[in-house]
Amino acid sequence: MFDALAGVTVLEYAGFVSGPYCGKLLAEMGATVLKVEEPVRGDPARRYGPFPSGIPHREKSGLFLFLNTNKQSVTLNPTSPTGRDLFLRLAAKTIILIEDRRPGEMAEMGLDYPKLKESNPGLVQVSITPYGQDGPKASWKANHINTFHASGEGYTLPGGMTNALFPERGPVAGGVHLGEYDAGLMAASAAVAALLAREASGAGQQVDISKQEAIMGLSRLGMAQSMGQGIVYDRSRSYEYGGIFGCRDGYVILYPREDSQWKALAEIMGRPELAEDARFRTRPARIENGAAINLVLSEWASGQGKEEIYYQVAPSGCPTAFFSTPENAHHSPQFEAREFFEDVTHPMAGTLRHPGRPYRFGAGGRPDTKPAPTLGQHNEKILCGELGLAPQELSRLGRGGTI
Amino acid sequence: MISDGAVLKAALAGIRVLDFTNLMAGPFPSLLLGFLGAEVIKVESNTRLDAARRPPYSFQTPGQTAGGAADNSPVFNSVNLNKLSVLLNLKEPQAIDLGHRLAAISDVVVENMRPGVMDRLGLGYSQLRESNPTIIMASISGAGATGPESSYPGYAPAFSALGGLGHLTGYSDGPPAEMHDSVDSRIGATALFALLTALFRRRRTGHGEFIDLSSREAITMFSGEALMEYTMNGVVQERRGNEEPGLAPHGCYQCSGDDRWLTIAVVNQEQWQDLCRVTQNPKWLSDPRFADALKRWDNREALDQLIQDWTLTRDAGETAELLQQAGIAADISIDGKELAADPHLHARKTWDFVEHPILGHIQVPSPPWKFTGTPATIRAPGPLLGQHNGYVLGELLGVEREQMDQWVENGVVD
Repeated sequence: MFDALAGVTVLEYAGFVSGPYCGKLLAEMGATVLKVEEPVRGDPARRYGPFPSGIPHREKSGLFLFLNTNKQSVTLNPTSPTGRDLFLRLAAKTIILIEDRRPGEMAEMGLDYPKLKESNPGLVQVSITPYGQDGPKASWKANHINTFHASGEGYTLPGGMTNALFPERGPVAGGVHLGEYDAGLMAASAAVAALLAREASGAGQQVDISKQEAIMGLSRLGMAQSMGQGIVYDRSRSYEYGGIFGCRDGYVILYPREDSQWKALAEIMGRPELAEDARFRTRPARIENGAAINLVLSEWASGQGKEEIYYQVAPSGCPTAFFSTPENAHHSPQFEAREFFEDVTHPMAGTLRHPGRPYRFGAGGRPDTKPAPTLGQHNEKILCGELGLAPQELSRLGRGGTI
Repeated sequence: MISDGAVLKAALAGIRVLDFTNLMAGPFPSLLLGFLGAEVIKVESNTRLDAARRPPYSFQTPGQTAGGAADNSPVFNSVNLNKLSVLLNLKEPQAIDLGHRLAAISDVVVENMRPGVMDRLGLGYSQLRESNPTIIMASISGAGATGPESSYPGYAPAFSALGGLGHLTGYSDGPPAEMHDSVDSRIGATALFALLTALFRRRRTGHGEFIDLSSREAITMFSGEALMEYTMNGVVQERRGNEEPGLAPHGCYQCSGDDRWLTIAVVNQEQWQDLCRVTQNPKWLSDPRFADALKRWDNREALDQLIQDWTLTRDAGETAELLQQAGIAADISIDGKELAADPHLHARKTWDFVEHPILGHIQVPSPPWKFTGTPATIRAPGPLLGQHNGYVLGELLGVEREQMDQWVENGVVD
């Protein structure tokens, strides 16, 4: 069983996507993750959806259910003195704290890292903000659209084919909440790296995660070309030839880069003579005659289904892909064979097929996935069971708005 | 920088990584392990030169010999910082043997060849484990090591398409987006997390591990919410440009100058009022089409046009400042050149500089995290091809000078 982080406790004081995705990744590796949510309202992701049949319900948001599997939930308002005291007691018992408050906010609450470290010198605090803890833009507000475009990647999207169709339109952000996931993933690695350091020394530390930097750091290749070769990509970035082609039910990528790949593709298209056509035979010739080769590819693709093309071309070794939708993913034979999706049963939302884990471990097996918690589901377990509060205290704290 | 008293060793001090990777998805996780303090040995060969050492990423400068071009690649440099380079021609049995000897003194192996290639070379997990029972190995492939599509070739734009991100990115009425190398990095970042957890597990249990990472699965994770929508309602989410359902204004607006754009996200009524005030447009405030969030969303096309009429004559950067001062989320859509000069990023040392023997003084992005106790660091430029043959084979493996010369001669060290 691969439960690498068994015994590691995590306190997650974070909402929406980045912090919770970080917590989710740690939880599915076996860590015990306790999520601190705002009383009554809970994590903003609970209000975001998607909801079954579109009807909002705080226990049925698809975003929340996905991002919070394997966690426990306690409601707590750390801005009240009693809530702060409880938060301090929880933080004293945890190994990792994930928080996403704006820089300085934890200090205003009397919960900054130096304070938390007093009673827990081994604490690893992962702080996730749009622009980092310091610098001229530290206090700037940002939503996903802002950080994604501030990372440089937005400026390069959506790419040449779209740009040719809509030259007057501007750059776009990565789909769904891509950059928020990027930051959560980078934060999760930082947390485990800090854990490894802590194993050696016993000491904790704070890690400063800037979403802007997490996303930007993924475009090293383009940045290096910009720095060293003066190539600055914008949304007209395109293939030298080949690329995206429309077909009957969507889009595919066809990119016969090498001569052998072009030959294979020409045969699949039923036009083997094109492999020897002087306009297309070599890569320089194909680049030179990009418009002509694209016309050939486009005519061939337009009459067929996207998966039909993919399953014909991919085995030949010619680079290809089809643009997969959520529906295609749910029906992919490859995902099926690897059991990528897993059914998770939630007490209120029912059984839903979640994307599972993108890695398989030789150690085999994995802990069963537990559904996302309902709001405050673990109040009694944590506050009474672990902090030793009397059960009657809970209703008093509830009335006072602390939990 | 936030600072903290204790100075600790690097998080991965004492960890050695053997890197059989190429181009981007594989080199990225070993780059990040190197930032964290691991010693990374990149196994290279003239007979299968890393694609990042070839055109268009590498280029000749006037007067340079052909041999030097492999080292004249800013891309290779940036994704192989801190690494050591040793030449091993894996077609030679002796080189495979040296690979095993290196694995025996390493903690981690990373590779991104097609599934099965490492096994055929004699460097698969089960084979390397004989040389090092606690080795951790990550194999990064297109579709994973198993399943009917495991042998299909893959490259970055293919993963963004097959992993669903392409479909969800782009204008709502246009084709899907073309995403490039950043997609490779996202795969590598996923591999890094799996590798670090396996290292933690080994420290606790003494067990090694094999990690089979599917690029397509790694990318699919990023659209979890859209996959949930399908399983819940059978609804296929579509791309939506810069829109966020229910929020307006929320978009990317053209400003004065050459292709300059500004993002604005208004998330509540108070910010809407502030926007009307700061743009000196009181009539927007009294316009019934924009009276509340729902009305603004329904009339977003008209609203976006008004906002863009306002931004079109204004400087993007100054307008971002102005809106931020009013408490509104706004920033420019930044291009590569501006990013390199950005004062905020320089203040945070998000950029670093290395001295490369051929590229010279060159700017590179710093590690993507700021650790207060165990800083992630850039300690050396990307290696020249075979630069560390002597250290790796001589010092680490104790190979004698004459033996090494002979291997260079007969193409083992090549």
